[in-house]
Amino acid sequence: MNTLEILFYALSAFAIVSAVMVLISKNPIHSVLWLILVFFAISGHYILLNAQFLAIVNIIVYAGAIMVLFLFVIMLMNVKKDKEPQKQNLIKFIGVIAGGSFLTLLIALVKQTSQLQGKTVLLKEGTIGLIHPLGKALFSDYVVPFEISSVLFLSAMVGAVIIGKK
Amino acid sequence: MTLLSFDWAFIIEKLIMIAIIVFASLGIALYTTFGERKVAAILQDRPGPSRAGPFGLLQPLADGLKLISKEEIIPTHANKWLFILGPGLAMTASLMTCAVIPWSTAVDVFGRHVALQVADVNIGLLYVFAVVSMGVYGIMIGGWASNNKFSLMSALRAASQAISYELAMGLALIALLMTTGSLSLKTIVEQQVAGNWWNIVYQPLGFLLFFIAALAECNRTPFDLPEAENELNFGYHQEYSSMKLGFYLFAEYINMIMSSAIMASMYFGGYDLPFFNEASVAPNIAALIGVGTLLIKIVLFIFLFMWIRWTIPRFRYDQLMNLGWKTMIPLALFNLLLTGAVILAKL
Repeated sequence: MNTLEILFYALSAFAIVSAVMVLISKNPIHSVLWLILVFFAISGHYILLNAQFLAIVNIIVYAGAIMVLFLFVIMLMNVKKDKEPQKQNLIKFIGVIAGGSFLTLLIALVKQTSQLQGKTVLLKEGTIGLIHPLGKALFSDYVVPFEISSVLFLSAMVGAVIIGKK
Repeated sequence: MTLLSFDWAFIIEKLIMIAIIVFASLGIALYTTFGERKVAAILQDRPGPSRAGPFGLLQPLADGLKLISKEEIIPTHANKWLFILGPGLAMTASLMTCAVIPWSTAVDVFGRHVALQVADVNIGLLYVFAVVSMGVYGIMIGGWASNNKFSLMSALRAASQAISYELAMGLALIALLMTTGSLSLKTIVEQQVAGNWWNIVYQPLGFLLFFIAALAECNRTPFDLPEAENELNFGYHQEYSSMKLGFYLFAEYINMIMSSAIMASMYFGGYDLPFFNEASVAPNIAALIGVGTLLIKIVLFIFLFMWIRWTIPRFRYDQLMNLGWKTMIPLALFNLLLTGAVILAKL
């Protein structure tokens, strides 16, 4: 085992344990905090893949902005574990179907990885994850999808402002 | 054993550097509290702390001792783990920034070329931005875990204020990025050392916006709404006592030091001493002069922070939000457009 492999396994274990803790924490605030740790572990994986930009943007956007809003909402709703209402059977049924179909999807994905057996991951190699090549690629090869998605973001922002004003 | 294949000397060098920088920051922060009380005293025409030691120089040690020796109280209905985690997170987030600050040019120690920077990553500015956005968790978690309405209100205020001013801060950073073409703080400083002017000449509006946003991110007056005593008793650290309270107060001063260092590096040439040719003296002496220059710039910025605190009254909450969203962000966008236009015209 070299250093990178040790880091990889440590980060993976960290991510999985935190993800499990998100699910089994009784207190929603604890769940959010564990989820932030999951994002940090994933950012660590990005850094191992030499995708520094993606790693830091993951932290800024998900851990820094979106999770703050999650915390906000949960703190304001003041959700307590003992007051959580029992869900109706119909909602439970829908939840089982949605979760089950997602599980099928995941299993299909895991099955596809069998063709990756025996191949090594390119750790700390390639430059596409660094900011210069990434910026060049985004603004030359992928400029149309990039601009379209930014327009999409803008329209989402305008929509949020309009909904917020109602 | 391939496990031990990495360069141990490199690891030890970095660990020593981290230790020096962290302890130096803590030491400077200790004396910044003293500086704050002295500056306040001068501005209010009174002597300030003068009893402990010569000129009251031992006052911060006495304050620290007092905080440590006080009783620690954790409220009965507080969430114990998060209550302890809050101050720790606040402190960690404020100390993390120092990783990317270039303190000076490289020095030669026993034939080893040692760069006076913990990590020269090519995303330095974004790293700073990420750490800034982490800073709000300490306040939010502490405020919520105290199980006190005032603390919770204050935590929410702190979070919304931080999010609002992060936007303007990010936009100001983008304009700077457009002129420098690099996100690495070391490259930015080296450009200013090599070039004729500091970045403040190219980005005056950007600097002003960044400075105001930094005041808001550090929760300094006139943006200290999260600890508005007359509305919220004491703010998010109302239930805290002993050194946990000390950590919160200390984190604010470390934030000030770090944001001063960042502003000095980005806009005021970092360790660059004007009208002085670094190549004319030995590299180690040049590095020492560089560290001194950066420290002087940091102290000047901290003085500016204090001057503002003891001169300007606090904003009202709606004024704060109006300034953030309706003045700072449009100005930052205008700055962005202007910078883009100038770059295009120069092509």
